[in-house]
Amino acid sequence: MGRKLTYIFLFLLALLVCYPFVFILTGSFMSGAEAKAYLLPMITGGDGYVNWRLIPMMPTLKHYVELLLDSPEFFSMFWNSFKIVGCILAGQLLAGVPAAWALAKLKLPFKKLIFMIYIILMMMPFQVTMLSNYLVLDQLKLLDTHAAIILPAVFSTFPVFIMHRFFVSVPDGIIEAAKIDGAGDIMTFLYVGVPLGSSGIISAVILSFLEYWNLIEQPLAFLKTKSLWPLSLYLSNISIERSGFAFTASVIAFIPALLVFLSGQDYLEKGIVASALKG
Amino acid sequence: MTQKKKYLPGIAFLLPSFLGVFIFVLLPFADVVRRSFLTAVDESWVGFKNYITVFNNAAFKLAAGNTVRFVAICLPLLIFISLLIAYLLYKKIKNTQFFKTAFLLPMAIPTASVVLLWKVLFNSKGLLNAVLNSFNIETVDWMNSKYAFWVLIVVYIWKNLGYTIVLWLAGLSSISEDIYEAARVDGAGEWKMFWRITLPSLMPVLYTITVLSFLNSFKVFREAYLVAGDYPHDSMYLLQHIFNNWFRDLAVDKMAAGAVVVAVVILVLILMLQKAWDKED
Repeated sequence: MGRKLTYIFLFLLALLVCYPFVFILTGSFMSGAEAKAYLLPMITGGDGYVNWRLIPMMPTLKHYVELLLDSPEFFSMFWNSFKIVGCILAGQLLAGVPAAWALAKLKLPFKKLIFMIYIILMMMPFQVTMLSNYLVLDQLKLLDTHAAIILPAVFSTFPVFIMHRFFVSVPDGIIEAAKIDGAGDIMTFLYVGVPLGSSGIISAVILSFLEYWNLIEQPLAFLKTKSLWPLSLYLSNISIERSGFAFTASVIAFIPALLVFLSGQDYLEKGIVASALKG
Repeated sequence: MTQKKKYLPGIAFLLPSFLGVFIFVLLPFADVVRRSFLTAVDESWVGFKNYITVFNNAAFKLAAGNTVRFVAICLPLLIFISLLIAYLLYKKIKNTQFFKTAFLLPMAIPTASVVLLWKVLFNSKGLLNAVLNSFNIETVDWMNSKYAFWVLIVVYIWKNLGYTIVLWLAGLSSISEDIYEAARVDGAGEWKMFWRITLPSLMPVLYTITVLSFLNSFKVFREAYLVAGDYPHDSMYLLQHIFNNWFRDLAVDKMAAGAVVVAVVILVLILMLQKAWDKED
């Protein structure tokens, strides 16, 4: 295949992959009436098929205004999401960074076994731990609170695994030098380990953010009260009749993830690659 | 005493995390294993009865079969397509950044944000059928027929393509150009070099991709659930659905046995892959 032909093929494929994003974006600028007119066969089950325009006939910001100024319930869901993700990330850093450092650079009994347990737990899908999570949350009387989502996620072993990969590559010589200069274990960790492993820490934070901004299974299982729901679950409950509003809500829910993705893409790629290197 | 002192810093650093893992995962999972041998009502010992119930449960058999079929189809498909794209990107494109961004984008889009599109696209009156209809091809009720399974496969590949391409690209760029040069001098064609040099060098990456893609294949439940709800078409009724439904009914005995079975299967798979991985050294 020629270079040009390959380029065109890959470009078309990339467009296809990005189409969902464009679709939602254009929908968010469409008036409710216009979107409804296009989607009518789907809503009423009548004759004909849905059609769509990639450029709205009459673009409008109406739904953005409505959403930002006149939808308190949307805001509280948005806040729920931020609170949940923020607490999870902070907790993962507090517990996970020192643990990753210990597994990478400090002496530990049964180190290999502990690391193996961490890897195995990281591979277990939510469905395997769902009941055990439920049992312990029930014991601690945490069901139907945000802590029910936050606490199990804080102790996810995936970020520890990613950060471990980066800490392993910190040269032992530098650690020795710090020790000779009189730095204790905490000083060495804070002034040598954390700065040199910072790209690993950022990678883990970005991967976690994208994962937890997208929570579905856990809130669905552990949060009965709808006002506690994160945005990700609330969105899917907007009915198709309010499609104009739903498109706009979808775009706004996507913006934080998009910002994190674009500003951290280098680290995201590093994190993905780190998960592939052999330790 | 000195032995203990040597370990002290390491233990102190690990403890918060390990304690959390122990309290929130290991301990309750041990309880789940215990409960898998008890009745749900009065917690009396029933041996393997729960396991037998689960294995004889028609819904479980359907879900397990679908899940195995899903993984068996989507993994090779994803691995092949992403390798093809990564190879083309690596060989033919100078600046791959734009393409990496485009292919990674689906990973950032929250599932709930695109559910609307999946609904509009795959509805029986939806966009896909509108296109088919305009070409006079017979339309299909995508979500309420055996095609629902394939919709799920497409969505899974769409979501995970970028991640996998980045992994392949990392593997490809770690192969030294000298080896290709030497092969070229010996008169090897592009196809031969791909089979003899590129593929064997990519084996370690393949293990990681397999593990991570398998892990991510369970997350396809998000799309499945948000598009089709608790009881989707039979062809896409997965293990995740049955666990969700058992959970809603609080069928603790069945859930416990089911969780242990799935955990054991995954554990065996991980250990097997780990062994194959170690052999590569």
